Amino acid sequence: MAGQAAHHPALQHHFDTLEQQKESSSLGMWMFLVTEVLFFGGLFATYVIYRLRFPGVFAEASHHLNVPMGAINTAVLICSSLTMALAIYSAQVNRKKAIVPWLLATIALGATFLVIKAFEYKEKFTHHLVPGPNFDLSQFTPDHARPAEMFFSLYFVMTGVHALHMIIGIGLLSWLVVQSRKGRFDSTYYNPLEMSGLYWHFVDIVWIFLFPLLYLLGYHAR
Amino acid sequence: MSEHEPSIRPYILVFLALMVLTAATVLVAKLDLGIANDVVALVIAVTKATLVVLFFMHVKYSTRLTKLTVIGSVLWLSFLIGVTMMDYASRRMSDEVRGAPYEAPGRGMAGQLGEGEDSTPVPAPAALHDR
Amino acid sequence: MSHAVSTDIHAPSGGTNYLNDGYGLRSWLLTKDHKRIAILYLISVTVFFFIGGIMAMLIRLELLTPEGDLLQADTYNRVFSMHGITMVFFFLIPSIPAILGNFLVPLMIGAKDLAFPRINLLSWYLYIFGGAFTLWAMIHGGVDTGWTFYTPLSTQYAQGQVMMAALGVFIAGFSSILTGLNFIVTIHRMRAPGMTWFRMPLFIWSHYATSLIMLLGTPVIAVTILMVAAERALHLGLFDPRLGGDPVLFQHLFWFYSHPAVYIMVLPAMGVVSELIAAFSRKPVFGYKIVAIASIAIAVLGFLVWGHHMFVSGQSIYASTVFSLLSMLVAIPSAVKVFNWTATLYEGSVSWDTPMLYALGFIGLFTIGGLTGVMIATLGIDVHLHDTYFIVAHFHYVMVGGTIMAYMGGLHYWWPKITGRKYRPFWAKISAMLVFVGFNLTFFPQFLLGYLGMPRRYWSYAPEFQVLNVLSTAGASILAIGYLLPAIYFTWSMRYGEKAEDNPWGAVGLEWQTSSPPPTFNFHETPIVTHDAYDYHHQRPTIAAKGEAALG
Repeated sequence: MAGQAAHHPALQHHFDTLEQQKESSSLGMWMFLVTEVLFFGGLFATYVIYRLRFPGVFAEASHHLNVPMGAINTAVLICSSLTMALAIYSAQVNRKKAIVPWLLATIALGATFLVIKAFEYKEKFTHHLVPGPNFDLSQFTPDHARPAEMFFSLYFVMTGVHALHMIIGIGLLSWLVVQSRKGRFDSTYYNPLEMSGLYWHFVDIVWIFLFPLLYLLGYHAR
Repeated sequence: MSEHEPSIRPYILVFLALMVLTAATVLVAKLDLGIANDVVALVIAVTKATLVVLFFMHVKYSTRLTKLTVIGSVLWLSFLIGVTMMDYASRRMSDEVRGAPYEAPGRGMAGQLGEGEDSTPVPAPAALHDR
Repeated sequence: MSHAVSTDIHAPSGGTNYLNDGYGLRSWLLTKDHKRIAILYLISVTVFFFIGGIMAMLIRLELLTPEGDLLQADTYNRVFSMHGITMVFFFLIPSIPAILGNFLVPLMIGAKDLAFPRINLLSWYLYIFGGAFTLWAMIHGGVDTGWTFYTPLSTQYAQGQVMMAALGVFIAGFSSILTGLNFIVTIHRMRAPGMTWFRMPLFIWSHYATSLIMLLGTPVIAVTILMVAAERALHLGLFDPRLGGDPVLFQHLFWFYSHPAVYIMVLPAMGVVSELIAAFSRKPVFGYKIVAIASIAIAVLGFLVWGHHMFVSGQSIYASTVFSLLSMLVAIPSAVKVFNWTATLYEGSVSWDTPMLYALGFIGLFTIGGLTGVMIATLGIDVHLHDTYFIVAHFHYVMVGGTIMAYMGGLHYWWPKITGRKYRPFWAKISAMLVFVGFNLTFFPQFLLGYLGMPRRYWSYAPEFQVLNVLSTAGASILAIGYLLPAIYFTWSMRYGEKAEDNPWGAVGLEWQTSSPPPTFNFHETPIVTHDAYDYHHQRPTIAAKGEAALG
């Protein structure tokens, strides 16, 4: 265990071996993801309680979301998860030249997601579906209008927090591109790639739940 | 964590499965299956998430501790949602026993759980007297 | 417990240590050494403790008389809110983990540092930023929501700086998350050879349990505060009854963290007490394994009982019944610990040094706090006692009588290790006595007041409550002196105190086998652990008990 790996330039002083360092950062990342699960968990809990309280309202309000855009975004994120996995794979099998292109592809897909999301938000603004004084209650069945405003509150908080995570993820990936260009990563050391990958896939998973919960509720009744 | 031989094949297969499942969840949502719509959507979402966790996030090949971490986070999420639900699921029953809800008349939001499409934020005053 | 390979435990503590390894401000503010970060925390947490203490004194002075002489209603609301916010989020939660835990976790398991030293420093900065926002809010008018930020008061009606204070708590929450993350990874991955799970000191076990709560609970309050902020600032409506939202849901999410947060405060205290009781009884902790597992049990059970804060909130009575029963289950692992500490004392060679006085104080006061906890977990009783001074007395017995007692005990016990200097035991014992007497005089009358029906969070009260309130205020003054004295003699000891040996208490544990203060990387050679924790039976005769007799 010790010995040959012990003098790797990436080994920090307080670890004995690169293996110990790798296991530590992996566990640390997983622990961080646990906190992320519960962070989004608070939002999902809120969603579940109100959804069960107002099933009809939520279904009606979801008609105002753009399902094709949501579906395309789901596909975009799944593609980005694949390219992320391939970037790590390239490092694992020591194809160092392939790392940067896969990372750039992931960044491009992430940016595509955000652009589509921005168009969706713009649509909500023009249709007066943003909660607050300008929310247009007249678009809903009278009984449903106020809780529908709450649905859109949830929609904006959940997708907003998710989008914020995407932006952070793109920042991380950009940093990885710089590091990869310097040739930092190869089959002996690709820890930061792997850790950022875990984060990226997690953000994908959040969307995998957000999409059906927010967009597909009342799809059949449109 | 990296005991297995890395291979590109599982990534492609998982990717295809995720795409197919995404299409499936949109198509199924178009059908009116009643409560089953929600169940199918959730089952598909959980399946997709499991695929991502096992293969893209390499948990299938990871240590027991990593697997335990994943299970633990899901367990705690279920504590949060499940135990909160315990309150909301029995709110109506509780209000009937207690006589009057604590909430002011006119709001009357307590225990509307499971009322289906009829749930309204402002019930008629008569409904309050019935309790 | 173990022996450090080729490290003579009697070696004089000269040479380079973490304190003289660099002197400039930069060497402190950019340090990655867990011991220096612990010192940074010690200084900043102490500042917040005294700020919160001043608020407490204002509250007690106002309550000296039934009328609003010193503070009027609105000011009083702001003062007790800021007392709660500073004490809970900026003193109690970081106190033991971020100071003693930061210093001792790597030392006790034989590691060179925490797993992520830079993240450790980051979490101190987050704490400072969070604290700065809260202080800003305090200076610019404060908040009047109580430390609980209940909606719709916090989202719609409150006048003060709710956003800033909430932001401060939000940021400090991430500090807590990162500390917990660091501890968990360190305990899993950085233990010295031979340090198996069931050889770890109970201090480590309790910090492991605490870290689990920090990781699993804190994100929920973070996102809840975010939702409150979104509702207040952006007019989104997540808990707004006008949109069909439910303020009680806010309470669920809030208490999902804030009840386990009580165990973030008290579990590390239990860990400290286990160390102190063993060291000053010269015996291994009775039922070591059960005590270790009890820590984890408290952490897990603690997540299932939050609804006992909401018995009168409009929560379903069926849910309340379940919460009531589950809450009582927490008493089992807690009682296991109390009984096991007591059994440890039995036939031990007990010495009455200052840390032991605090530890014994903890056992008594925590027991009162815990048992009254069972009382108010009882649904029927709580409906009467809710929002009275009985509740205030109960949680101060757990927080002040429990956590602060153990914190003070731990600080006295490890002070020679942290600073390499000795304090004057005479003054330390005097202050321990003052704290014990002052504490009981402050808070015991509050049990009676609450039982008689005095509600909490009011600036005035009915005249018949005055005698007990005067007693309480008198006790608070004694308590204040008891807390000021250590600040003086600890500071004094840093310059004028006698140099401490490596192991002044003759205790076992890896932290006592390195020099005082420890070198930058903790051990001159990686220790190899060959014995169980608290192995006082195998102790070498050469390090027999010295105690404070040798100190003074």
